[in-house]
Amino acid sequence: MKVELEAEKCVASGQCVLAAMDVFDQDDDGIAILLDEQPAAEHLDGVREAVAICPAAAIRLVDQ
Amino acid sequence: MADTVNGTAPEAQDAVPEFPMPRQSRCPFDPPSALKDLQEQGPLTKVRLWDGSEPWLVTRYAEQRAILGDPRVSADTDRPGYPTKASPEAGEGKLSFIMMDDPEHARLRRMVTAPFAVKKVEALRPAVQRIVDGLIDDILAAPGPVDLVDVFALPIPSLVICELLGVPYEEHDFFQEHTKTMVRTTATPEERGAASREVAGYLAGLLGRRIAEPKDDLLSSIAGRIAAGELTHQQATEMALLLLIAGHETTANMIALGTLALLEHPDQLALLRESDDPKLVASAVEELLRYLHITHLGRRRAVTEDIEIGDQVIKAGEGVIMVNEIGNRDPEVFPDPDRLDITRDARRHVAFGFGVHQCLGQPLARMELQVVYGTLYKRIPTLKLACALEDVRFKTDAFIYGVHELPVTW
Repeated sequence: MKVELEAEKCVASGQCVLAAMDVFDQDDDGIAILLDEQPAAEHLDGVREAVAICPAAAIRLVDQ
Repeated sequence: MADTVNGTAPEAQDAVPEFPMPRQSRCPFDPPSALKDLQEQGPLTKVRLWDGSEPWLVTRYAEQRAILGDPRVSADTDRPGYPTKASPEAGEGKLSFIMMDDPEHARLRRMVTAPFAVKKVEALRPAVQRIVDGLIDDILAAPGPVDLVDVFALPIPSLVICELLGVPYEEHDFFQEHTKTMVRTTATPEERGAASREVAGYLAGLLGRRIAEPKDDLLSSIAGRIAAGELTHQQATEMALLLLIAGHETTANMIALGTLALLEHPDQLALLRESDDPKLVASAVEELLRYLHITHLGRRRAVTEDIEIGDQVIKAGEGVIMVNEIGNRDPEVFPDPDRLDITRDARRHVAFGFGVHQCLGQPLARMELQVVYGTLYKRIPTLKLACALEDVRFKTDAFIYGVHELPVTW
C-alpha cells in the first residue's frame, strides 16, 4: 500500500499527525509532510484514519 | 401553531420549520428533538430563518461532510443566498479568512497556521499544565462555591491565546466583555458592531506597536506581513481579532459544559478520574466535542453552482446550513449516538467543521481540553454542582452553546 499526499490541498489541521505520527509530520507552516510513503502494516490503521478525517481530502491510500 | 386553530390544517404538515429550533429544557446536552426527527426523514430539508429566507438544512453526517468539502460552496457572507445568523450591521468588518474562499482564504490562513502545528502546540503543554494547576490551587485555597466559568473555564483559553498572540492578559476583562457581546444572538447589530470595533481598534494599536518593535509572538508575525506588503493593516487587524476571539468562548464553553456533562454522567466521570491513561483522556476530549457540539447554529455556506445530493438539487444562489450537532449524533456513524461514552472512538466528529475551513486552532483546543479534563477531576475529586441542574443558565441565546455560570463546590 502506498500513501499519497497532495500538500497543496493541506489546510494544516494536524489531524493526520494525530492519527499516524510515524507517517505524517508538519513543516514550519503546519503543512503536512509525508515521512513514509510505504508504511509498515502496523501503521496502516492510523493512515486509514488520517484519510478519513483529513478535512481537505488531501490523503489517499492506494494499492500498488 | 396553526394546527391548534382547526386541528387538521394540512399546511401545518408541510410547513417549513423555523431554524434554530428550541432545545428541550430537560435535555440540556441534546440537540433539539426536532432536528433528530428531520434527520430521520432525510438528509436535506428546507428551513426558515429569522429574515424569512429558506435555506437547506443538512442533517446527516455524510452529506454534511460532502458539502463542507465541496468547492462549489462559499463561506463569503456577501454571496447571494448566504444564510446569515443575525442581521449584519452595515459596514461591519468581516472576520478575516473564515468568511473568504480560496485562493485568498488559503493565502491568509497559511500565514497563521505555524503556531498551531501539532508539535508546536505539544511544546506548550507544560505551560498550560502550570496555568491549570495554578488556577486549581487558587480554587482550593478559597471557600466554595465558585463560578467555574469565571475562575477557571474562561481564564485558561484566555491566558493561552494572549500568550500566543502577545496580547497583555491584564486587558482580558476588556476583550472578554466585548467578545461576549459579539457572540450573543440577542445583542443588536449595533451592539455587536460596536463591541467588534472596540476590540479591533485595540488590536490595530498593538499591531502598529509590533511593526515598530517586533517581539517573539504571533502579533509580531502578523505585523511583519503588513510591513512586507502582504496584508493591509485592516486585514491584519481582522486576522488578529479572529484569532483572539475564536479560542475564547469555544474552549471556555467546552471546559464548563464538559464538566457539567461529566458531573451529570458520574460513571463516565469516575472512569476519567481513575485513569492515568492519556489515551483515555484524549478519547474523552473527542467524545465530549462530539456529544456537546457547542457551535450549535450550524456551519453555513452559499451555493455557487448546482450540487446534487441524492435526487435533490441544491441550486446556485441557495443557502445551506450543515447543522453539525445533529451530524455528530448520526447513528450511521456513531452507534447509540445520544449516549456519552468516553471510551468510544469519536475522532471522526465534525465539531471542528470539515473542509478547508475546519478549525485552525483545533490542536490547541484539544491540548487545552486534555490538560483540563486530565487534571481538574483528579485534583478535586469531590467536585460537584452547587445548585440544581434546573437552575443552571444555558447559553441558548449565544452563537456558541454553553453555560453562563457553573456554580461548583467540593
